[in-house]
Amino acid sequence: MKKGYFGDFGGQFIPELLMPPLIELEEAMATILPTEEFQTRFTNMLKENVGRPSAITYCPNLSKDLGLDLWLKREDLNHSGAHKINNTLGQGLLAKMMGKDVLLAETGAGMHGVATTVAAAMLDMKAVIYMGATDVVRQAPNVNRMRLMGAEIVPVESGTKTLKDAINEALRRWLSDQETTHYCFGTAAGPHPFPTLVREFQQIISKEARQQFMDRNAGRLPDVVVACVGGGSNAIGMFHNFVPDESVELVGVEAAGTGEPGCYSSAPLDHGTDGVLHGMLTKLLQTVDGQIEPSHSVAPGLDYPGVGPEHAHLHATGRGHYVTINDEQAINAFKVLSRREGIIPALESSHAVAYAIENKDRLQGKSVLVCLSGRGDKDLGILDQIL
Amino acid sequence: MNPMQIKIEEAKAKGKVGLIPFLPAGFPDREQFWTELAELDAAGASVIEIGMPFSDPVADGPVVEKASLKCLADGINLAWILTELKKRKGQFKAALLLMGYLNPVYQYGLDKFGKDCAEAGVSGLIIADMPLEESQFVKDAIAPHNVALVPLIGLNTTKERMKLYADGAQGFCYFVSVLGTTGQRESLPARIKEKLAEAKEVFDIPVALGFGIKHPDQLAEFEGLMDAAVFGSALISHIQSGNSSASFMEPWK
Ligand SMILES: Cc1ncc(COP(=O)(O)O)c(C=O)c1O
Repeated sequence: MKKGYFGDFGGQFIPELLMPPLIELEEAMATILPTEEFQTRFTNMLKENVGRPSAITYCPNLSKDLGLDLWLKREDLNHSGAHKINNTLGQGLLAKMMGKDVLLAETGAGMHGVATTVAAAMLDMKAVIYMGATDVVRQAPNVNRMRLMGAEIVPVESGTKTLKDAINEALRRWLSDQETTHYCFGTAAGPHPFPTLVREFQQIISKEARQQFMDRNAGRLPDVVVACVGGGSNAIGMFHNFVPDESVELVGVEAAGTGEPGCYSSAPLDHGTDGVLHGMLTKLLQTVDGQIEPSHSVAPGLDYPGVGPEHAHLHATGRGHYVTINDEQAINAFKVLSRREGIIPALESSHAVAYAIENKDRLQGKSVLVCLSGRGDKDLGILDQIL
Repeated sequence: MNPMQIKIEEAKAKGKVGLIPFLPAGFPDREQFWTELAELDAAGASVIEIGMPFSDPVADGPVVEKASLKCLADGINLAWILTELKKRKGQFKAALLLMGYLNPVYQYGLDKFGKDCAEAGVSGLIIADMPLEESQFVKDAIAPHNVALVPLIGLNTTKERMKLYADGAQGFCYFVSVLGTTGQRESLPARIKEKLAEAKEVFDIPVALGFGIKHPDQLAEFEGLMDAAVFGSALISHIQSGNSSASFMEPWK
C-alpha cells in the first residue's frame, strides 16, 4: 500500500511548501513518540491533567426505555470537556519536543480550540486558533474560554465561515510560520501523517473502553460500538481496538443536517463522492465540477464536507457502517439523555446517542457502547434558541 | 521541446526575462477575459497562466481567492475554459498553462483532461496541491498529450527534492519566492538568491520566479538567477482598478 494511504484513500495532496513540515513531523513521530521520555510525560499528563481513564457508564433508565443495554464511554468527563484533549496534549508535547513554540489550530465547535489552548498553556506555548465567523457566534462560551486561557483567535470570514474555511486559513498560516509553529490538526483527517498521528492519540478511547466493558460484562464484548463522525477522530479512536473483533459492529453516525430533501448535510460517506480536499483523497460533498459544497449540521463539530480517509476505507470495505441522524433527532437525544440520565451531551455526541434511540427496534436485547465524545455546556446557547 | 520552454528561451535570446501573467479564467467577466488575454499576448507574454477556479484555494492569498470565487459564482468551470480555448486555438503567440487545484481536474477525468488540453492548445499544468509524492498519476495521464506538469518549488525545498522534481521535468520550473500564499509583497526574502542559484544548477529547463512580484524593478537583483517572472495579484488589482492588461505590461516590455 502507498505510504499514507488507507486502501484507496489518504495521501498528501498539499502544496510543496508544506511538504518539509509534514516530513519533519513524520520523522518526529518515528523518533520522538517511541521514546520513554515522551511516553512517560504523555501518560502522566493524561492521568493528572485529563483525568484518564475516563469512566464507562451504564445507563439504567434509557436501557429500560429502549430495551437494550446502553453504555457510554465518557470522554465528556475529560478536562476541557471532550475527546479532543487526548490529541492536543499528544501533539502539543510532540511539538514542544520538536522545538516549536506555537500551536496553530482550526476549530469548529471550539472544543478542539479549547483543548489546543489548554495544551499550549500547560506546555508554555502560544495558541493561535482559526475559527469560522459563524462558529465564533454559535459557540461563544468556548471562544470566551479560549480567550481567558490566552489564545489568539482569528475569525474566518471567507467561504462558508465554518470549519472547512478555518482549515483553509490555518493551512495558509502554517505555510508562512512553519519554522516556529506546529499545526495541531484537530481530527483524523488532512494530509498524511495527521490521520495516523491523531488516531494514535485517540485510540486510547477504545483501548480503555474495550477493557472496561469486558471487566463489567464477564469478558464479553459489546455487540455494537457507536460514535459520531465529523472529521472522524473520536470515532476512529473508539473503533480502533475493536476493528479486529469481527463480532463487534462499528457504526459511525454522520450528520444529516435538517434532513429535508435538498438541504445541506455533513454526511460525505452517505452522500458524497471521491475527491481531494485538505490534503487527502477521501469522500467529499461536492458538485460534479469538483467544487466543495457547503455542509450543514446543528452540531458545529460535525459541520464539515469531508471525512478522514481511514473512515472512507472502513466504509469502502464494509467493516464500518455509516448512517445519518438529522438535527431534530440529535436534539431529541440531547434532551432524552439529559432528562433520563442526568448527562448533557454535546450536540455532536447527541448524534451517536440518537442512533441507539432511533434504531431501538433493531437493537433489542443488544449491548450498545456509545462514545460520548463531549459535554453539552457549549451548546446551551444554541438550544436556548431551539427549545 | 515544450512550447512553454521555447517561448521563455525566445525571450532570453532577446536579452529579456520571460513574462508569465496569471489571470483566473473568466476574470473580470466571461467576455472581457478574452480581451485581456489578447492584450497580454500582444504585449509579449511568453506563457499565459490561466487559473481554474476552485472553492478552497489554500495556496492563494486574498486577491486571487476573491477573483477566483467570483468566477466560480459566474459559473466558470473546466468545460467552459477548455471549450472556449479550443475555439481560439492558434490565436495566441504565447504558450498556455492552466493552474489550479486537483479536485476539479480529478472530477473532470484525467485522461479526458489531457486530451482536451491538447485540443485547446494548452501545453502545461500547475496543480497547487500536488507535491512530488502524489504527482505520478497525473503525469502519466497528461504526458501522452504533450502537456507538462510544471514543478513548484520554494525556499524550503531541499536540493535533494529539487533533483527529484527536475527528473524529466518539462516547460519550466516555478520557484515560489515566499513561504506563504500568492499576493503582492513589499520586499522579497533575501534567501531567494541562494535557493534560486541552487535551482538553476539542478534544472536544465528555465526557472521562473513567482508570488509577490508586481514590478520589473524588483527583479534586478535576481539577474542571471532566473529566466522568467510570474505575476498575478498585481495584474488582477490593476484590472480591478479599471486599468487594462496592456498598460500593466508596459513597464515590462
Ligand atoms: C464533542 C465533539 N464530538 C465530536 C466532534 C467531531 O470531531 P471528530 O469527528 O473528529 O471526532 C467534535 C468536534 O468539534 C466535538 O467537539
